[in-house]
Order: sequence, then C-alpha cells, then structure tokens
Amino acid sequence: MDEQLAIDVRGMTKRFGGLLAVNHVDLSVRAGEVCGVLGPNGSGKTTFIRMLCGLLRADGGSGQCLGHDVIRESEAIKRQVGYMTQRFSFWEDLTIAENLDFVARMYALENRRRAVTESLERLGLAGRRNQLAGQLSGGWKQRLALAACLIHHPRLLLLDEPTAGVDPKARRDFWEEIHHLAGEGLTFLIATHYMDEAERCHRLAFISGGNLLARGTSAEVVEQAHLTTWSVSGPDLPELGEQLRRLPAVRQAASFGATLHVSGDDPRALEQAIAPFRQPPHQWRLIEPGLEDVFIHLMERPAAPPPPA
Amino acid sequence: MKTWRAFSPARFWAMIYKEFIQMRRDRMTFGLMIGVPLIQLILFGFAINSDPKHLPAAVLMADNGPQARTLLHAISNSAYFDVVRQLKTEEEGHAVLARGEVQFVINIPRNFSRDLLRGDRPAVLVEADATDPGATGNALGALPVIFNNALQNDLKGPLAFLSGTAGPIDLRVHALYNPEAITQYNIVPALMGVVLTMTMVAITALAITRERESGTMENLLSMPTRPIEVMVGKIIPYILVGYIQMSLVLAAAYAIFHVPIVGSLPLLFTVSLVFIAANLAVGITFSTVAQNQRQAMQMPVFFFLPSILLSGFMFPFRGMPLWCQWIGETLPLTHFLRIVRGILLKGNGLAEVTAELWQIALFAAVALLIAVKRYRQTLD
Repeated sequence: MDEQLAIDVRGMTKRFGGLLAVNHVDLSVRAGEVCGVLGPNGSGKTTFIRMLCGLLRADGGSGQCLGHDVIRESEAIKRQVGYMTQRFSFWEDLTIAENLDFVARMYALENRRRAVTESLERLGLAGRRNQLAGQLSGGWKQRLALAACLIHHPRLLLLDEPTAGVDPKARRDFWEEIHHLAGEGLTFLIATHYMDEAERCHRLAFISGGNLLARGTSAEVVEQAHLTTWSVSGPDLPELGEQLRRLPAVRQAASFGATLHVSGDDPRALEQAIAPFRQPPHQWRLIEPGLEDVFIHLMERPAAPPPPA
Repeated sequence: MKTWRAFSPARFWAMIYKEFIQMRRDRMTFGLMIGVPLIQLILFGFAINSDPKHLPAAVLMADNGPQARTLLHAISNSAYFDVVRQLKTEEEGHAVLARGEVQFVINIPRNFSRDLLRGDRPAVLVEADATDPGATGNALGALPVIFNNALQNDLKGPLAFLSGTAGPIDLRVHALYNPEAITQYNIVPALMGVVLTMTMVAITALAITRERESGTMENLLSMPTRPIEVMVGKIIPYILVGYIQMSLVLAAAYAIFHVPIVGSLPLLFTVSLVFIAANLAVGITFSTVAQNQRQAMQMPVFFFLPSILLSGFMFPFRGMPLWCQWIGETLPLTHFLRIVRGILLKGNGLAEVTAELWQIALFAAVALLIAVKRYRQTLD
C-alpha cells in the first residue's frame, strides 16, 4: 500500500433501491493534493464523498482512506476527516464560539478552550465569536464551517460544494486558505461545478451518472477528451447554434458570453461540416478547448464507457 | 395616472388550483383534515357518556336472610351496578377500591333481614371511589330507589308500615378519596399526565426532525459519535423539562386548588420516568416518519387526541363502550392517570401502582423498539 496516498479506493458502488448512484468508481489522491470532483447535479459526487467518510455504507468496493479500511474502519476514518456538507449544517441558534466548542467536545479534544480560540483566530472569526451562526452571511457561514471542520486537525478534508452561494471575493480567500493548508500537508477532496475552482485543483475526477468519466490534471482531462473547438463571434449566434447542432460532426455548440464554442471529436469532419458557415459576418477561430468545453462534452455524451485506468 | 387593477378570475383560479395541488401532495395535512374530524366524531359520539352505567361493585354480605338476598339481586339487576365480587372482610373492600378494581363496595350488615323486619332500619353502608365524582354521582342517586323498589314485594300487608317516610333502610354513603365531590381533585392531578403527553411527544418529534431537516444531523453523524449518544443526549434535557412541568402542576394543584396529596411524592416522581419514557419513544417514532417539522407538529395530534378522550381524563373511563375501553387500556395516559389519582388522592403505594406501571412499561418498550428500528433505517 502506498504510504503517500491519502485516498486509494477501487470499485466504490452505492445503490439506492433500483438507482445506481455510484458505479464502480476508482480514485486515488496523494497526500497534500487538492483533488476536485466534478460532475453535474445528481451525478453521485455527494454519495461518493459520504461513502468515504462512513456516512453511507458502500454496497461494493474496497481500498483505504488515510491508511484505514474504507469499508470496515469508518469510525477511525471519521476521527481524522473533516466533512463539510453541501448545505450549511451548523446550529444557527448557537453562536460561532458555541458551535466550535460543541464540535471540539464531539471530537473529545484535549485543551478544548485553546483549540476553539486558535480556530477562531486562524479563520478571522474572533471578532464575531458571540454572533449567532444563523445571522451570518454566506461567506462567514462558510468560514465557520471550515473552522469547525479543521478544529480536530484532520488529515483529509472532504468539501461538498463548499462555495455555493458565496461571493467571488470570499471564494478567492477560501481557495487561498485551501492551498495554504494543502501546503501544510492536508489533503482535499472537493466537489464542485465551478470551472474556475476546478482549475485551481491539482487533479480532477469527473463523475456523471455515477460513472467516473475522466481523471487527471486539468490539462490531462482536456487532452483525453480529444476535442476540437472553434470559437465563433458575430451576430445572431443562437440561431447559428441551432443550425450547427443539427450537423452530425458537431458534438456541441455552447454560448460563452459573446462567442459560440463549437466542438467535435473528429477535426477533419468538423472542419468540413462548418465550411458552409465560415463566411462574414461571422468570424471563426480555432481555439484550445477549455475545461468547460470538456465538461459539457462529457456531460452530454450518452452512456460513455469508463476510461482506461 | 390611475392604475386600476381588476379582480382577475384567471389569477384567482390559479391560486385555488395551486392550493388544491399542494393539499393533495401534503398527505399529512390532508389526513389531519379528514382524520381528526372522524376521530372526534367517533369518540365524542360513542365514547362520551355522562351517565355511566354497569359500574363494578363488590358486596360484603354479612347476612344471608331472604331480604338481604333480595337486595343483592336488585343491585345486580340494576343498570348502574355490576356486582363483580363477593367480599369476606372490610380490608378486602378497601384494597379493591384502592386498586380501582371496583367503583363501589356495598356492605350489608349482620342481621340485616331480622332488623329490617323488626323495623330497626338497618344501615347499609355504600363506599364509593369518588375520585371522579362524575362517574359515581348518578349511581349513588339511584340507590335509594333501587333499594325501596326491591323491598316493596316483601313489605306488604302488615309490614307495609316499614316503607314509611324514612324508608326501610338507613342508607349511608361514604364518598371516599374525594368526599366533597370536587371535580378539580380529579382533573388537576390528571392534567400532569395530559401536559406530559402533549409536550413530550411533540417536542421530541420536533427536536429530532429539526436536526434532520436543517442538515445538522448529517453533520453530527459525520463526527465520531454513536447514534445512541445523539439520541439519548437529545432526550435527557426534555426529561428534565417534563419534571419541571410535573412540579409546576403539582405546586398549582396544592397551592391553588388545594388538592390533597395523600401519597408519596418521591414515588410519583420515580414512576413518572416510565411514563415520560413511553411518550418520548412515541415522539422518536414520529420523528422518524415525519418529513419535516410541520409534519412533526401534526402527527402528535393523532396520538394526543385518543389519549385525552379515551384515558378517562375527559369522561369517566367506565362510561365508555367496551371497545373504547380496550383502546384506552393500551394508552400510557390511562394508566398514568390511575397512578397519579391513586397516589395523590388514595395514598396508594408501590404495590397498587405496579399493577398499572408495568402496562406503561410494556408500551414504552414496544414504542422504543419501533423507534430504534425506524431510526436505524433513516441513517442510510
């Protein structure tokens, strides 16, 4: 077993009744790495994370998390993992300090008072320690949640869409903090569907419909997709998009601000297909596909086979 | 500029339509709207009987003469009394009254028949369990008539003078436990049970559902806690609240309503724990079924309503039809009311209390079993 892997699981599977929520997902994350889990809503990201921290019993799969068996030793894993839920899940009728104190008691921390004070100071919450959690804005709530997840000095943080409903400034501060902590050796597994956040991760795993579709660094994921993308600018782009989508060689045509990104698997077929449209008033330009192009591509691809390991 | 906004039938209809869709989706509220009137209709319609009949009575026959037997027959045949027991001693009579097995003990004295024929107006002592004055009032009122009618056949001809103005018998009624027939003595201690049922069930159901609905339960479970710690830790504070409620009612009963406290308070507080546990278990079970806090508020009504109507709190228990009594016997409140009234008014001890307590304990055990089983399922 590789000592450097914080997470190393294979074949993780979870069924809810007849629904296959997570289908044989393999994932390994190195210690100190920030790994992003991407996928559309309902793709199985949350279920996968919950299996890792022992909130859900897996129906299949094996492997280790922080050196403990992921199926049998969930109690031991819970002690060393911080899990931040998708929705703010601390007690709104408790103050910041009371929330942190409660969490510290739950982990039976020695020097509880000091742990709470340190945690308040590290995340800049000291000035608001007596404010009720329910009265905080989104950014502060998220900071409290992060502080609470970190109070027991976990080795792995599982964050489920941590920045939903948080303003851009607070989001950037949050990511600075994450990279700072990763530099100290903490491992992160972060579910998100923001592209800019995905690009801040060391490595990515893309899940859709419970299947792992792609993994690797951001550049590797883009490369694996073998996508050719053209950017079109000009008038009446929605109408143009409609026409282009009817062409078999065009896998997707998606609006990006004032431009339309037209992508396909086969560069030559795509170039032939778009030839009749390459005339004024539209300007066409071949571009490097971005993560978002790949994201949409993977999402819209019907029943894709799992990628080679 | 004048902006005149006319009443729009289309908007109005849209509102009505939406309301009906939501009503249909929300099964619990719908159930409440249909179920509660049905329960009320059935219970109020059938269960309420302000003139309870067929009350159990025990008879202590010290005389075996013909007139004594005539009297016993008359009592048995009357609609108000069912003679369920023949007693041998007075102590036995007091015991069955304390346990609440009979409502009345009728003592027919030695030499009753002889004294009657002599015109000595023998005394017949009727001891009534008057904790609930409403249950005994009419039956006691009917007694003189029953007695006189019974003896009319015997007191004919030369004996006719015996049924004179004062009547042939000296009827003495002892209304035990509540001699002045004060309704508050019956209601106020019972309120303790009612208040506990209402709050313990609703508050636990709500507290646990709130934790789940707001997502904090998920957070708790991701920490190294055991479900048992979460559950018990959540419940203990409410047990304390339950005891505060009990103390409040007791203090008010004593200071404001002057309810006599004959029995042991420590005993009452100890056995109440079983009753509180039974209600908490029901609350937990509801919390595992409720989807949200609103439902958690609605569900206890289905438990509370039968409890309050069928336990003997509102109407005399023995006045209800048998099937209502059977349902009533399963409810913890029914037994708790008997315990509270028993301890406070009759001065009952552990022996009399145990007869009721094990039934609450059984209910609590079953409810807890269901609660734990259902609670486990919600985790996964």
